[in-house]
Amino acid sequence: MGRYLGRKLLIYALTFFLAVTIDWMIPRFMPGDPVSLMIARIGTRPEAAEVLRGYFIQAFGLDVPLWQQYLNFWKALFQGDLGVSIWLYPQPVIKIIQRAIPYDLFILLPAILLSWFAGNHVGALAARARWLDNTLLPVGYLLTATPYMWLAILLAWSLGNVAGVFPIAGAYSFAIRPHLSLRFILDLLHHWFLPFLSLFLVMFGGWAIGMRNMIIYEMESDYSRYLEALGTPQKLIRKYAFRNAMLPQITGLALQLGGIVAGAVATEVVFAYPGIGYIILNAVQNQDYFLLQGCFLFIIIGVLLANFLIDIVYVIVDPRTRLGMTGE
Amino acid sequence: MEQEQPKKVRSEFIFFAWRNTKLRIGVSILLVFIVFAVVGPFLVKYDPYEYSGPMGAPPSREHWFGTTIFGQDVFSQFALGTRSTLTVGLLGGCIGTMVGILVGLLGGYRGGMLDEFLNVITNIILIIPTLAVLIIIAAYLEVRGILTQSLFIGLTAWPWAARAIRAQTFSLRVREFVDLARITGRSSLRIVLTEIAPNMMSYLLLVFILQFGGAVLNAATLDFIGLGPTKGVSLGLIMNNAVLWAALQLGMWWWLLPPGAAIAAIVGALYITNVGLDEIFNPKLREM
Repeated sequence: MGRYLGRKLLIYALTFFLAVTIDWMIPRFMPGDPVSLMIARIGTRPEAAEVLRGYFIQAFGLDVPLWQQYLNFWKALFQGDLGVSIWLYPQPVIKIIQRAIPYDLFILLPAILLSWFAGNHVGALAARARWLDNTLLPVGYLLTATPYMWLAILLAWSLGNVAGVFPIAGAYSFAIRPHLSLRFILDLLHHWFLPFLSLFLVMFGGWAIGMRNMIIYEMESDYSRYLEALGTPQKLIRKYAFRNAMLPQITGLALQLGGIVAGAVATEVVFAYPGIGYIILNAVQNQDYFLLQGCFLFIIIGVLLANFLIDIVYVIVDPRTRLGMTGE
Repeated sequence: MEQEQPKKVRSEFIFFAWRNTKLRIGVSILLVFIVFAVVGPFLVKYDPYEYSGPMGAPPSREHWFGTTIFGQDVFSQFALGTRSTLTVGLLGGCIGTMVGILVGLLGGYRGGMLDEFLNVITNIILIIPTLAVLIIIAAYLEVRGILTQSLFIGLTAWPWAARAIRAQTFSLRVREFVDLARITGRSSLRIVLTEIAPNMMSYLLLVFILQFGGAVLNAATLDFIGLGPTKGVSLGLIMNNAVLWAALQLGMWWWLLPPGAAIAAIVGALYITNVGLDEIFNPKLREM
């Protein structure tokens, strides 16, 4: 088990190192000059532009040798200094991201966990019921093929705009100030439902199809056939098949995380939901590079943490990893 | 006898391909979109960004998909957008598949330190969320074209393909016919190209189809955040404009819905084609 988790941790450490290096390299080695771009955007008088240029060069730390810039970048990172936002000047990037993260967790965690559980169970059911299988397969493929933002748009338009049942923008009504009361919590949930639902539905399709295919595959395998030959009740065989089919689904969850994050970003843009995705949109529109780079790092950290959690779950669920029987 | 063999295999393939409903549906939808992408832009009456009609008008005989809030023809944008979306999918899918094949075959056949190294790289890039990297690269590009977009999408999408192809190569390289080829003293490159690659051709086709779909979805998300091509139209970009200019609040469904529906149809058709082909190549999965 130690070897298994140790190897994983090494990969994560390398990934983090690479991600930070990318984050540092791209502004410095891409064609074009972000500093001039930002100044052009702000568009002031020439003398003010010079002052600004000096400020930005210092802020990026561009006035020292490259290796020192790189070290400084790491040093600042560990002090939680990700620069100052341009969109919401003069707020520090880290503050803006800290404010957004709860909203991300608020829609992502329930959507991921519930779609995973529901998808697995419906998929397993579909593998044994023909009529369910015939509806689930087309619906499932359609759902996984749907771009996240389009399902979000569709839901916002139909349930928000036409039916008028749900609000289509923001995390809570503008009329209410955030405070702890039943009214505010209900309002929060009311705004939360559609972004949650659209993420849930797209992911659900993928999990259901994956589980259905895995169960069919497991039912064909030798141990199932053997149990069948022994006269074991179908229910018990299905139970074993389900437990074995869970393992690839857990690995699948780890592999899907990147796609899920992308989906959350797009969904938040549609609903103007104030998570990281919405911040990224605004950062792109305002060419707020510090903010973008900060969001990039936080997404990486989040995905790495989630990967590690999934690894721990995997070790608990699959005894073979504990006994060191599978390296990877 | 020797001459007969390939012909027979091919006709068997066509026989099962024609019988497979999933493949028929998937390929038909794809063909419709491909023909539309090729022909459509010649049929449109307006320039995609020309202010050609009334502002925010619903579909009519003049403007099949209505107009945007500025009075641009949505159908013209849709036709050109479909073309560029399919182009990105094709190019990005090709690049992703090529890199995946290269890394997978090389690591899988050679093994040893090289494989260990490639495997670590693959695993690292597999974890990094593709879209986050694409966002940060695209944000710093002053001019973004369809080509650069496909290039970056392809270059970040290959890891799972490489991993799958590596596993396939592992199982093939210990087969007897490969040993035989090795005894005859052929070079590694020729063995990989003539003995191993042809034996997973069907698998590579499936990989390409999935890479194609992934590239379309990635491009759409990127465009939707506002990091699409700086010049030109794409389906994601139409949705981006629609959402930014409050088409949702104004209920302009003709502007909001067609581009995403087209993407869902294209990617869905690719997935269905994939399942259909899988059933044809893998007799175990065939529904009799």
